[in-house]
Amino acid sequence: MNTQILTLVLGRLGVAFITLLIVSFVVFGATEMLPGDIVEILLGQAATPEAIAGLRSAMHLDDPSLVRYGRWILGLLQGDLGTSYANDLPIAEMIGDRLSNTLRLAAVTSAVAVPLALVLGITTAMFRGSIYDRIVTTGVVSVISVPEFMIATLAVLVFAVWLDWLPALSFANEATSWGEMFRVFAMPVITLCGVITAQMIRMTRAAVIDTLKMPYVEMALLKGASRWRMVMRHALPNALGPIVNAIALSLSYLLGGVIIVETIFNYPGIAKLMVDAVATRDLPLIQSCAMVFCIGYLTLITLADILAIVANPRLRK
Amino acid sequence: MANLVEIRDLKVRAKSDSGRRIDIIKGVSFDVSEGEVVALIGESGSGKTTIALTLMGHTRPGCTITGGEVWLDGQDLVQLTESQRQHLRGTDVAYVPQSAAAAFNPSQRLIDQVVEVSQIHRLMPRAAARARAVELFRALALPHPETIGERYPHQVSGGQLQRLAAAMALIGDPKLMIFDEPTTALDVTTQIEVLRAFKSVMKQGGMAGVYVSHDLAVVAQVADRIVVLKDGEIQEVGTTDDIIHRPQHPYTRELIAAFEPVSHAAAAAPQDAPEHPVLEVRNVIAGYGRSDSSGRPVVLALNDVSCTLQRGQNLGVIGESGSGKSTLARAIAGLLPPVDGEILMDGRALPREVRHRTKEDLRRMQIVFQLADTALNPLRPVGDILGRPLTFFHGQRGKERDRRVEELLEMVQLPRALRHRLPVELSGGQKQRVNLARAIAANPEVILCDEITSALDTVVAAAILDLLKELQRELELSYVFISHDLSTVQAICDEVMVMYGGETVETLPASALPDGATQDYSRLLFASVPKLDTGWLDGLDLAGSAA
Repeated sequence: MNTQILTLVLGRLGVAFITLLIVSFVVFGATEMLPGDIVEILLGQAATPEAIAGLRSAMHLDDPSLVRYGRWILGLLQGDLGTSYANDLPIAEMIGDRLSNTLRLAAVTSAVAVPLALVLGITTAMFRGSIYDRIVTTGVVSVISVPEFMIATLAVLVFAVWLDWLPALSFANEATSWGEMFRVFAMPVITLCGVITAQMIRMTRAAVIDTLKMPYVEMALLKGASRWRMVMRHALPNALGPIVNAIALSLSYLLGGVIIVETIFNYPGIAKLMVDAVATRDLPLIQSCAMVFCIGYLTLITLADILAIVANPRLRK
Repeated sequence: MANLVEIRDLKVRAKSDSGRRIDIIKGVSFDVSEGEVVALIGESGSGKTTIALTLMGHTRPGCTITGGEVWLDGQDLVQLTESQRQHLRGTDVAYVPQSAAAAFNPSQRLIDQVVEVSQIHRLMPRAAARARAVELFRALALPHPETIGERYPHQVSGGQLQRLAAAMALIGDPKLMIFDEPTTALDVTTQIEVLRAFKSVMKQGGMAGVYVSHDLAVVAQVADRIVVLKDGEIQEVGTTDDIIHRPQHPYTRELIAAFEPVSHAAAAAPQDAPEHPVLEVRNVIAGYGRSDSSGRPVVLALNDVSCTLQRGQNLGVIGESGSGKSTLARAIAGLLPPVDGEILMDGRALPREVRHRTKEDLRRMQIVFQLADTALNPLRPVGDILGRPLTFFHGQRGKERDRRVEELLEMVQLPRALRHRLPVELSGGQKQRVNLARAIAANPEVILCDEITSALDTVVAAAILDLLKELQRELELSYVFISHDLSTVQAICDEVMVMYGGETVETLPASALPDGATQDYSRLLFASVPKLDTGWLDGLDLAGSAA
């Protein structure tokens, strides 16, 4: 590791941190603009003007926005996510459980989706223009064009209603054995794979095809290398940058973009938590969930960038 | 079979993107016997590389062999299966590519790529292959033969890469080596070293070779026989001596004629010499990157360069890659503002930065770039490309502008109908003419020509030079002509400035070239230009290559 790589990596981390700050500002601003008043919802029937005013000042809601933003961000930096308005529980606790559920779903999905996408992407690039390539490419485009709630609903219709193989709802906490795990995860994973593999397959295929056109790949062919060797040893290592980036982008979707899937399958993940929080105007919870999504996204993207930096031989000395 | 290679009536067909089928090789036959080097010579599009690749049983995507036989050591490559061909590649026949810089995988160490052939074909254990590679590095006169393989491709120079590519081809001990323009991308002084290294290892191994090139002078140094190709057909085959001294076919004669140094008839000294030269560069310092404490850029590309261009005359700037010659053009044009020094036009200092110059300043000095492909907007028809400067500088519109566009096309000897075409629909020479017409549209007094003939074939380049001279007579232009090629500079310039490492080595009148050089470097540079003479390389004074 030399200083050039170090500066680049540190620079990348700095950019990620600044991005996070900007996002926190935007998230705070956006939740400020949400219609409805938490105090009125909390008090319900008992909402007399005096009670509202009292609760407002007790919850520091009368302070200027910037002051409240400062307080919130300082708390975040110290690891204090605040307490929920709706049920007075520490938010860290509420998120903790749900996050591990979401991460588990994400892990299972990536374990299926990433190898699948790489194999399909690389093989379609290798046999570009063949029947196999055309079938896969057409399939991928059709999957991209179908919205995920459609896939999810169809999956429920087929596997839960007609075939009666799988439960329509996924209660992750009930899964104790491998068989149960499979039954719980099957449908959400299928749906999510449909969404994220398509993008990865297309990016991998394009990146590999691009490098296959390089003169050094032709040179490998003229050295007598087999097709497999040309792809694995010469094309793929040089296509890794864009591929890793595509994977990171797709995986980041598993953190923030699973709202529809979690809602349809009633999966107790963090996205579902956020949807519920919006319903109850639980601002601190919404903000924290948004920040968690953002951190997850930035971590993946930054990781991909750092990998690309480290993998570049021009920076290796 | 007496010959190592026998090609009989080879036909290759290409399919264009639009689905059109074109025959690019139309029945070619020739032989290569054991230990013989045969050169395939021709311009771009003549099919020389395509033929060379069929000797490896390979055609580029979109091309197919539609007929004929390619016999290599008793096997017809056309009939073999792909896996049988794979078996031959690297062991029986090996390839040295045109651009070694592109042919090496950027993410692998050089040694791994050099010994890869022995691994693919399981020729010898890894350690033995490495030892053999080091031996080859030494034979090819590479510096630090023991350790150079540990580097990555971007860490060695172009000339070294080209020799490493030769080592990569030699490791499988092939019976036939194919060289595909292996020195075209190199500077002349580097080319000599590489050619010499190739020649000595070929001689030692007693290998046969096919040498593809467009440069007759280079080919004369290495080949025993020459096959002259044009449009996928053989024009003439003969021994190197016969082809060079007794060419039969008119096309061969044309190629050789393009090689004759054309001296530029110096412009008559103007009667009433104007007070100031049209362009003067005084002590310019320029470079790239941030400036350090003394105000100089980190990477200094021009160090205290001065030159003058008299009205109606041409100044040649010659040097190898990295000598700062293109940077000089960019500095004069204000695209790379100098940090110090002055650029004067008719005795008046111009602002250093292009955005501070007046429209009139800009009009009077135009620049023409090397690659017309990238300099012309691919989405605009030729008429628009030429019309823009007319509107910008002269406010012309509508009919008036159309008429002027037609005039410009005529001036650069292109048919009027071309104005409706897109740049991709033109040939390389036509594109460069449009590029030139765009500069002329401004009615300039000075044109900076940055390697404008370098990407063109010899015959096309010669025509562009003729055009430049003609335009000069008609329009009273003055050119700054930047090139790495001595003969082009000689053909058009009155004065020649030799540059090296960002500094001026010396300035000579063109009539004194090439023997009048007083500095060591210019002598070396001029002596490195290959001559159309079979004994030139062998007879060359070795002292020159030490620099």
